Amino acid sequence: MAATDIHISISAEEIFTIGGFAVTNSIFTSLIVSAILVVFAAIVRSKLDTKTYRPSGLQNFAEWLVESLHKLIYDTTGDLRRTRLFLPLTTTFFLWILLNNWLGLIPGVGTINVIHSESVGTETEQTLQLTRQAQAQDELIFPESIEEVGAPIFGEAPLDAEVREEIDKPYAVKVPLLRPGSADLNTTLALALISVLATQLFGFHFQRFAYFKKFINFSNPMMFFVGILELISEIAKVVSFSFRLFGNIFAGEVLLVVIAFLVPLIVPMPFYGLELFVGFIQALVFMMLSLVFFNMATHGHDDH
Amino acid sequence: MSTEFAVAFVMGVGSIGPGIAIGLLVSSGLQAIGRNPEAASKIQTNMILGIAFAEAIAIYALVVALILKFV
Repeated sequence: MAATDIHISISAEEIFTIGGFAVTNSIFTSLIVSAILVVFAAIVRSKLDTKTYRPSGLQNFAEWLVESLHKLIYDTTGDLRRTRLFLPLTTTFFLWILLNNWLGLIPGVGTINVIHSESVGTETEQTLQLTRQAQAQDELIFPESIEEVGAPIFGEAPLDAEVREEIDKPYAVKVPLLRPGSADLNTTLALALISVLATQLFGFHFQRFAYFKKFINFSNPMMFFVGILELISEIAKVVSFSFRLFGNIFAGEVLLVVIAFLVPLIVPMPFYGLELFVGFIQALVFMMLSLVFFNMATHGHDDH
Repeated sequence: MSTEFAVAFVMGVGSIGPGIAIGLLVSSGLQAIGRNPEAASKIQTNMILGIAFAEAIAIYALVVALILKFV
């Protein structure tokens, strides 16, 4: 199987650097998504109709979006104060992840390549290659020297072939320009950390120091071990959040690439439908799980 | 060769549990909707959440398989 024709990379690839900071294709796409959201919000805000209270067009859409998400959150929390507090963060999670997931399905994402000149290996390796290159050139320019020295040079002939291969190896690497941010483990890990840290903050905000009784409790040995388990489950949350989103979206990308490689016509279409659905569900799941964890953290152990 | 076998094995064995779990979840979800159609939207949301939890286990297997294959 000509697996070399398919470009699959488990990690995001660098496309350019700004002052030593490597900008990967995932970061680039995430920034585009953020820009789209910010511009959308700014346009809606500037066109906000506060005189006639008769929204139209874009404002209708924005209101529908906010109202349905507000209702979803209110149904889970059943409390207006918590809803107001959780709405911004969970809605941002939802919209940002959804847009990232769906952006990966647009034709051109993952297929448009940029050429990124990548320095192969360390500096010493590079200089070694340069000297070898120079050696090879010397031999080309002065062929008579080989005849003069004779046998020892012929003994090094295999090395010469190696050098040829190394020179022929391309230094410029083709890298996809765009890659959905959620198909990069770094992004999903960051989102998971934000979500879990926010859980602790909301818990502390509502329960003050009583919140930490969940983790550290010396009232009896049983509660002490439960506290340790709670601590472990907080760490497990980070892992499961990040791997769930990354695995789903990256697997979707791989699936689409492989199907398009096997049968390029018509057959990939139902898979695109599936990926639209998976992208939506994963965004919803991330939001709902964050919401449920936030809500659980704000209610004390004795409240219910 | 052995790596490819490991990849296939991880994926195959890792899918058994989540497959059963998702089947059970959807079956009882549909039963619940059949008994109480008014609660369909609530049941659906919770069912999808449960499916996501079960599916996550298959995804872990997938991630391990992908790491074995490409790293």
